[in-house]
Amino acid sequence: MTEWFQSLIGHGLGWFVATLILILMISLPLMLAVAMVIYGDRKIWAAMALRRGPNVVGPFGVLQSFADGLKVFLQEVIIPSAANKGLFLIAPIITFTVAQLAWAVIPFGKHMVLANINVGLLYILAISSIGVYGIIIAGWASNSKYPFYSAMRAAAQMVSYEVSIGFVLVTVVLWSGTFNLSGIVEAQRAHVFGIINGFGFNPLLFPMAVVFLISAMAETGRAPFDLTEAESELVAGYQTEYSSMVFALYWLGEYANVLLMCALNAVLFWGGWLPPIDWAPLYHIPGIVWLFIKVLAFFFVFSWVKATVPRYRYDQLMRLGWKIFLPLSLFWVFLVSGYLMITRYGV
Amino acid sequence: MREKPLVDLSQYLPILLFLGVALAISGAFVVLPMIVNRLTGTAKPNPDKLAEYECGFPAFEDSRAQFDVRFYLVAILFIVFDLEAAFLYPWAVSLGGIGLTGWASMMLFLVELGIGFAYAWKKGALDWE
Repeated sequence: MTEWFQSLIGHGLGWFVATLILILMISLPLMLAVAMVIYGDRKIWAAMALRRGPNVVGPFGVLQSFADGLKVFLQEVIIPSAANKGLFLIAPIITFTVAQLAWAVIPFGKHMVLANINVGLLYILAISSIGVYGIIIAGWASNSKYPFYSAMRAAAQMVSYEVSIGFVLVTVVLWSGTFNLSGIVEAQRAHVFGIINGFGFNPLLFPMAVVFLISAMAETGRAPFDLTEAESELVAGYQTEYSSMVFALYWLGEYANVLLMCALNAVLFWGGWLPPIDWAPLYHIPGIVWLFIKVLAFFFVFSWVKATVPRYRYDQLMRLGWKIFLPLSLFWVFLVSGYLMITRYGV
Repeated sequence: MREKPLVDLSQYLPILLFLGVALAISGAFVVLPMIVNRLTGTAKPNPDKLAEYECGFPAFEDSRAQFDVRFYLVAILFIVFDLEAAFLYPWAVSLGGIGLTGWASMMLFLVELGIGFAYAWKKGALDWE
């Protein structure tokens, strides 16, 4: 596509237009996916509680999210008089910008990646670290008690689980030998018994896949780790003072982050756009379909856990992060690197 | 024949462009409703509406009050371990090239970190009562 535009309107401009279209082809479907996934989340949650869920707007209620979006769009934007107005409005912008930006390096197919950078995994880590700012600035700028406490909790929770995520990623990098996400997916081709694609099927890496999945839930503040917006304690957490579309940006950002974490689970441990089995006929199905199936499967797991597991206490959350996941993943770095030193590098 | 550069900067340009697009979309989502508000007349601020949230009464105290020092402790521990992870990344990608010496020295480093971690655990820095 880039070449076609370049032949049409010149080299530089052609590249610019083609890249812009590619970006919008990620960004706009992402927002659509988030709207549908919010609907799906509510529907799954309702089904597990033997309720109907949204079923009025459109067939089976599929247009519910769009109706909600229109409603919040027309609502009044309330900026509390005590708030730091600039920061108050910048915080949701940071959250949603960062939630979109991480998708730049996710490979959707063999060559379907916007920015095929060498350090894709580091980029994801850096971007997800910036996400903390959106929340902590919101809590501070609201100048209200509950958002402030919630922001403190959120920051401590996110950094705690980022530590174990960091070590889990080291084990993946050790095995694949690259930070490039497409390279990591390629390294998983025929990984187990020369026929199964995916690090997660490797018994040595499977525990890390589980740790990553649980840490991903904690990192995005999803139930059972949704202490940042525990409604019985903190009203609505750091979003308490927000209203209208500015509030909805946090929703969009949260679900975009959940989808990102599902995609990362798929890409890092379950073969990304590769079919689960390295068998030629399965490659006729486009890679993006495999990735979507995996992402939706993980999203179902997220919803399932949300509907069934009771919320953690804060001390339990911290205990799980620092006393179980951190030593475990640290030990696994030793285990995996030692195993590779003996088997692959022959020491 | 030019050697392929280690860092392909041209791959980072789309990210910069994406940053602009993402900022524009999020900014539009914040600014547009405020304009629509003014036009449709839904924006009717009054002092009670603009007051900070409290359960039906004026707030007792300043919200920027003291908070638990443990959050600070978690932040410090995070810096230690995240930095440690940052040391591990370059080591992890080049494990094949550095041989037994490279592996052993990192394991030594991990053991030292483990001793520090055990100390922090023993001191109760990881407890959250």
